[in-house]
Amino acid sequence: MAKVHVRTTINGEEKEFLCEPADSLLGALRDAVGLTGTKEGCTTGDCGACSVLMDGRLVPSCLVLAAEVQGRTVTTIEGIANGHALHPVQQKFLEHGALQCGICTPGFIVAAKALLDTRPNPTEVETRYWLAGNLCRCTGYDKIIRAVLDAAAALRPEA
Amino acid sequence: MKDFKYVGTRPIRHDGLDKVTGRANYGADFALPGMLYGAVLRSPHAHARIVSIDTKAAEAMPGVKAVITGDDIPENFAKVAIGGEGTFDMHDMGDNALAHGKALYNGHAVAAVAAVSLEAAQEAAVRIEVVYEPLEPVLSIDRALAADAPILHENLVEGQGPTNVAARMELKRGDLDAGFAEADVVIEREFRTPMAHQGYIEPHACVARYGEDGRVLVWCTTQGPFLVRDACAAILGLDGSKIKVISSEIGGGFGGKIPVYLEPLAIALSRKANRPVKMVMTRDEVFRATGPTSGTKVVMKLGAKRDGTLVAAHASMWYEAGAYRGSPFGAGAMCCLAAYKIPNFFIEAYDVVVNKPKVAAYRAPGSPASTFATESLVDEIARTLGLDPIDLRLKNAVAEGDNAPYGPAYGPIGLKQVLEAARNHPHWTAPLAPNQGRGIACGFWFNAGLSSSATVTLDGDGSAAVVTGNPDIGGTRVAQALMVAEELGIPVDRVRPIVADTDSVGFTDVTGGSRVCYATGMAVIAAARDVCDQLRARAAKIWDIDPASVEWEDGRAVPPDGADGRGPLTVAELAAKIGHTGGPIVGRASVNAPMAGPGFGAHICDLEVDVETGRSIVVRYTAIQDAGKAVHPDFVEGQMQGGASQGIGMALNEEYIYNASGVMENAGFLDYRMPVASDLPMIDTVIVEVPNPLHPYGVRGVGETPIVPPLAAVANAMRDATGIRFTELPLSPPRVLEGLSARTTEDRDAWRPSTYQAV
Repeated sequence: MAKVHVRTTINGEEKEFLCEPADSLLGALRDAVGLTGTKEGCTTGDCGACSVLMDGRLVPSCLVLAAEVQGRTVTTIEGIANGHALHPVQQKFLEHGALQCGICTPGFIVAAKALLDTRPNPTEVETRYWLAGNLCRCTGYDKIIRAVLDAAAALRPEA
Repeated sequence: MKDFKYVGTRPIRHDGLDKVTGRANYGADFALPGMLYGAVLRSPHAHARIVSIDTKAAEAMPGVKAVITGDDIPENFAKVAIGGEGTFDMHDMGDNALAHGKALYNGHAVAAVAAVSLEAAQEAAVRIEVVYEPLEPVLSIDRALAADAPILHENLVEGQGPTNVAARMELKRGDLDAGFAEADVVIEREFRTPMAHQGYIEPHACVARYGEDGRVLVWCTTQGPFLVRDACAAILGLDGSKIKVISSEIGGGFGGKIPVYLEPLAIALSRKANRPVKMVMTRDEVFRATGPTSGTKVVMKLGAKRDGTLVAAHASMWYEAGAYRGSPFGAGAMCCLAAYKIPNFFIEAYDVVVNKPKVAAYRAPGSPASTFATESLVDEIARTLGLDPIDLRLKNAVAEGDNAPYGPAYGPIGLKQVLEAARNHPHWTAPLAPNQGRGIACGFWFNAGLSSSATVTLDGDGSAAVVTGNPDIGGTRVAQALMVAEELGIPVDRVRPIVADTDSVGFTDVTGGSRVCYATGMAVIAAARDVCDQLRARAAKIWDIDPASVEWEDGRAVPPDGADGRGPLTVAELAAKIGHTGGPIVGRASVNAPMAGPGFGAHICDLEVDVETGRSIVVRYTAIQDAGKAVHPDFVEGQMQGGASQGIGMALNEEYIYNASGVMENAGFLDYRMPVASDLPMIDTVIVEVPNPLHPYGVRGVGETPIVPPLAAVANAMRDATGIRFTELPLSPPRVLEGLSARTTEDRDAWRPSTYQAV
């Protein structure tokens, strides 16, 4: 079968790539586009390590077909920082020691950004349920939740 | 106790930026030009004789460059002891990498293919024709021990004939019968825990290149690059000096990334195809074919006097090794009574082979299961005698000078301080809501020492690099940088911590055994002190005085009193002159630490049980542990929180589920239910610091102890909430519901709400 030609916008830049019809967005990002920050933990949508934003919406890229991003915008972990400035979620992950091995970190940061984009003042419970699709095996989530809540506070305009 | 300037602070880790921006390279993120992709054909049977393997059809598939079977891995009967957490049998490691003659578990690798794409390799793998003669699988300890049990290994012989019991050990002290005769209360129960997986989020992955000159490059995610080198050399009969292993960033391990699985296959495929080969496991393969921890059966009897003094213990325990010998049965036996002074005990432990994946180390391997039994019984004795569970533990707790059950006397240890901290924590006396219960449990782990190497190089600008050989699994780079900063008196961000490949640093044992901050840390401190000694000599040269008269204080070379007009010289001042005082400065050290400081912890758990569904949720949790000295407290707390979380997972939900023919039925994260963020509360931590005299800063390992207490802490909370003593894990909703429905009316009437509950 012929490969599919996909034109899309990734992290603000126009990109083209070729993929098989059955290729996942995760596979295309990592292999065809060369953005390996998006991680593979399961390919069944259960671990969240491959989280990206598609048209601003949080999706597990392992369950999205690569061909589906034709004409859409994709934001990966590599596109979360604003130029030289880290996103507050990234900065707070560093300050809180909210990562140990770090393999789940890109997915958590993308998911947390998606949360704060729509809900600037989440409760701890809301944050825990929003991030329930992201598995972390090292931290017990404590410092991750604190980092996200702290990032939310940093993002809110001063009262 | 020494005052620290940098140790104990919480700087941002050096590898953090790469990890929050997606730039850090893990096992699957590496590629080489001309790389092929490998796939593995695995046994669908739990136990089967391999009658024949025909690879011709697969080899003829387009894009296929190499196919290997067990014939490509020489049968090696040498017994080689390598690595930090146990010894490895090379025959078994090779046979586990690719089966020879018999498939021993569902998922056992039988053949592997390298092709130009992953899809081509996967399609070719299923075209390999394997004729199996299925055999009855051995899926439980009870079945393995039965007189008519099928035998996994004909050469495993004990007494009259073949057996599935690979080993037995015992520990004893005092007079057991006299001890139990003294007891006013004796409680005995049988406990069971299922096989459970480490659950690291990153699957195993590697790239291997076998060169025309016989030199091999392996890039892989591992806890022990030197172990990968030595194991691959032994399994494939290669010259280890020709293998260079570069460890990638590692996405979790917990012991499970100590053995090799893909690496020898990738090397063998690369040798055959003369191209680099990349292999990455699927999550399904990780569950079926890597090393979880043992399923166990522990029968334990504990006797106490009316005042709570423990007087006798008798334990028999069986640990599933999986398909090959080598479960952590010995550690299980040694750890189960390590927290208490018990004058009379007898412990026997058995290593049992079953048709399940060969177990690997999993965080304090062996201790959680046997400690689950002890801490459940201690709780039951406290209830029976009407004693406070912390008082009872304190009454029997070991302290410096007491002998461990496995022999040696403890040095300074912090169990009593940990228990006092638990009693003083507001959590212990906080009121509970209805259907909630509270449990406490202790845990012990030996911690490992072993071999490590380090170099510290000083640059002319006064910055330093520290080079070690331990993959950084949870913040050890920054911990080592803190130690160099402390010795040299330079800021932490002026130290560059580097994890080197096997050609670039001296031999270093695995990142495991809670040994990196401790043992590798000792090498780092010694290497930094070597730099300081050289700097003192340089200062003496500048001052033209005897080097022995120069002191090193607070990051400065200080001249003796009366050295007129000569002020102290800082590292930066001395570094700026190294070109004129003797050239570059490199400090180096190695350690071979035979012992470590043991770690004790205690966890308090509040559990809320939904009596209609059997679902329970942890509503409050506190972990207390003796860390000796917390070098970077964020990552010490992180170890305590992460270990607690894994232990809660074991207690509440995690288990390998097999069907009757031995096929694992829940090999994915949806059905193998690890805790997610919404399952857990914040996990409060209290770091107790009883310095470990074996380490210059008092550090003791912290990584493993925290997975030990949760099993019983949760089960004791369940007992408090429901009145039911569950002895089999996990406490998943169906099991709890079954227990709740089995309660008789009398049970319910006799049951008083938790003593912590506000009436």
